[in-house]
Amino acid sequence: MSTVRLESVAKRFGTTTVVAGVSLDVNEGELIALLGPSGSGKTTLLRMIAGFEPVDAGRIVLDGEDVTARSALERRCGMVFQHYALFPHLSVGDNVAYGLASERMPRPAREARTAEVLALVDLRGFESRNVASLSGGQQQRVALARAVAPHPRVLLLDEPLSNLDPSLRERTRRELGELVRRTGITTVLVTHEQEEAFDLADRIAVLHRGVLEQLGTPEDLYQRPATPFVAGFVGRTSELAGTVVGTEGELVRVAAAGGEWLATAKAGTSGAVRLLVRPEAVRLAPSGAITGTVIRRRFAGASAFFTVRVNDREEIEIAAPSAAAKEGDTVRLEPAGGGVHAWLAT
Amino acid sequence: MAGHVTLRRIVGPLLLVVLAWLVVEPMVLVGVDAIRVQGSWTIGPVRTFLADPNEWRAAFNSAWLALASVVLGGILGVSLGVFTRLADFPGRRVVSALLALPAVLPPLVGVVAFLFLYGESGIFAHIVMAITHADTPPWRFDGAAAVVLIHVTTMYVYSYLLVRGALATFDPALLEAATALGASRSRAIRTIVLPLLRPAIGNGALLTALSSLASFSAPYVFGGGFRVLPTQIVSTRLNGDIPIAMVETLALVVLAIVALVLASRMGGIGTRGAGKGLAPAPARTGSRRSRFVLGAIAWGVTAWLLLPHLMLLMVSFVERGGWTSTAMPTAWTGANYTSLITDPVQWRPFATSLWMATLAAGVAAALALAVAMVARDPGQRLSRWLEAGLALPWAVPGTVYAIALATMFSVLQPAAGRIVLIGTLWLLPLAYLIRSLPVVGRPLVSAVRALDPALDEAAASLGAGPWRAFGTVILPLLLPVLAGAAALAFVTGLGDFMTSIILYTYDTRPVSLEILGAIRGGEFGEAAAYGVVLTVLSTGAFLLAERSRRNA
Repeated sequence: MSTVRLESVAKRFGTTTVVAGVSLDVNEGELIALLGPSGSGKTTLLRMIAGFEPVDAGRIVLDGEDVTARSALERRCGMVFQHYALFPHLSVGDNVAYGLASERMPRPAREARTAEVLALVDLRGFESRNVASLSGGQQQRVALARAVAPHPRVLLLDEPLSNLDPSLRERTRRELGELVRRTGITTVLVTHEQEEAFDLADRIAVLHRGVLEQLGTPEDLYQRPATPFVAGFVGRTSELAGTVVGTEGELVRVAAAGGEWLATAKAGTSGAVRLLVRPEAVRLAPSGAITGTVIRRRFAGASAFFTVRVNDREEIEIAAPSAAAKEGDTVRLEPAGGGVHAWLAT
Repeated sequence: MAGHVTLRRIVGPLLLVVLAWLVVEPMVLVGVDAIRVQGSWTIGPVRTFLADPNEWRAAFNSAWLALASVVLGGILGVSLGVFTRLADFPGRRVVSALLALPAVLPPLVGVVAFLFLYGESGIFAHIVMAITHADTPPWRFDGAAAVVLIHVTTMYVYSYLLVRGALATFDPALLEAATALGASRSRAIRTIVLPLLRPAIGNGALLTALSSLASFSAPYVFGGGFRVLPTQIVSTRLNGDIPIAMVETLALVVLAIVALVLASRMGGIGTRGAGKGLAPAPARTGSRRSRFVLGAIAWGVTAWLLLPHLMLLMVSFVERGGWTSTAMPTAWTGANYTSLITDPVQWRPFATSLWMATLAAGVAAALALAVAMVARDPGQRLSRWLEAGLALPWAVPGTVYAIALATMFSVLQPAAGRIVLIGTLWLLPLAYLIRSLPVVGRPLVSAVRALDPALDEAAASLGAGPWRAFGTVILPLLLPVLAGAAALAFVTGLGDFMTSIILYTYDTRPVSLEILGAIRGGEFGEAAAYGVVLTVLSTGAFLLAERSRRNA
């Protein structure tokens, strides 16, 4: 098992900065997800760790060894590509054994290891199958088996589930998580799906425009977002304009949309603020101080998301039992405690 | 990756030098020889060329012949392409495949077939003579009209294939949208299909124009007093007036460049829409009668266009002297084929063509593969230069390259890359190699660029160095395309006439020259048998190339 350290790693394509001095540590056996929207630099960062993109500035350290100038060949990172990149002219077994042959492993040992990893991904006996004859989920598992077979120092997963249809994705995600934990390989996963990151990762690095916005556990990101971007990108939020009217311990009291909210904020926050409110941080209450009209109701099984217009400009989304209100109803709301974050208005 | 980059830095410039030596330098020397006579610079040959009305006439003939071939061949090819894709009639698929057959008729072989068909002693002349009880042939099949007819009925295939190819990826939603907006089928074709087919039509026109400008066999066999630049060049060279021949060669290059420029202006937005790239379905015509009429037209036109093939096949079974004054042959034999193999004198040109074409195809494929690998990134300047080097022989008529190579390899100047190859075994295979570079280069460059870069990265992440990744991942994936491209190069060399007639020696006399000799000696059966075998080999190679393209 290995550690990965990125020290102020940067990358530019022409005049565009794609990765702007990212530093982070991945511990032994840890699974870290690089999460961000398209163009946030997460795949470029992963490819720099793999050695497929040269680094413009900064250092990449694997197991204490500076590999920044080393080729992909020398880094020994196993990688699962977005489209799997299975060699179409080789059988499943030959694909999996490809990296073992690079290590000049004797044939019997190679065959034994191939069988072992195929069993690990639940594809025992698939050695002679043509990769084109496999389903998307099976191809994904072959790609994973191929990547882990040569005992890589680090496993890099580039949106490994994005090619699967939704019904298969959840099951495969579960299997992937179990497998990675069973092998214990230090893993970096790139994804733009927060659900995938939450489900699989020990810690998540949220990237935005090449900048590392926050690195933390899923709970940290959701409950203590470090930036407005993280608060808006991770989970659902409604945004209100407010004014700080006092403090209560580490929290600030903010007047917004006709009500008063307790919100997390940086020390010294005062005056006009942006208030980001999670759907579960507000509830329907007959005596609530905030009055509004339900303009949209989105059914989600036992509960529903209601969009309530609270004034000319602002809307709040709340989660409530699906029969609690219908479109056009006038409702009263009150803060439910937690899930509210304030930042200085810019 | 680092290994690839280093390799590219070393091999790339080396390949550029090789292409400059083989492709560019011979052309430059033609230009130099046109203005350098006996060691001194002069524009005398250019003046002589410009002052001679015969030269002007040949240039003018070449130009209008190309224009007529483009317009008439284009109308025929585009109409047939659209018709066989969008009209519904019995046997549509068979007709579509049959109409592509002229693509596999080697140049001289096709011309010979016309001789048997429309010539003074051809089948049609015999039929008319039999009906009218005349003693003399009713027409002479020669001059400009004969050449135009041959060009149109053989070169339509370029526009036909390109238009069909473009329609295969045409977004059917565009036609459906036009229909939904009230356009009739003919209006939709006129206002939607044809404008979007502009690039395909433009490329078809360019191929036709370049083929017509380079056409040697049809004007040579049927031209009579109708001189065009390729025949003029050969004639001037035979008269020993080398500087004038060089100026004529340059004039032909200028016409080819004009054709290239005009065709590039025909470019437009492509045929791909936002849909899934499925070919539009043929229109279901309401009545059985209209389907029958459409079918009759389609089969009639196809039969007419394929008559040369059928004629060639028929004549190949005619005994020597077995067809002289009757409408149809009176005696049949398979001896024309058996003697090709059993008679060493007849087998020799075949063996010669086979080894030369095989060698040229092999080396051309290897060279093009190396260029394709180095030029994988289309954004780099080196890639663009290498690609241009591969494509240049395509834009220059074969006769011109033959002259250029004869010039280049006629003196010993090692420092200038010039060695004496003229009169040796090697010049003709070298000419085949250069002529086939565009044929092998284009599919290989496309195939290499279409490879998922993640495959290389996957191999590297699994510990494979650049050579192992190439040998175990890239090369196996490219093999079908490589085989197909090499097959096309093989066919190009096997049937070549244009360069062969200028560069052949006693030891490298190819099949095409043997066919010409057989025609001159009245051995029509033997000539046709050679032609049929060449056509079958070409068809096999084209089918292999097509299958490879699909597999890739």
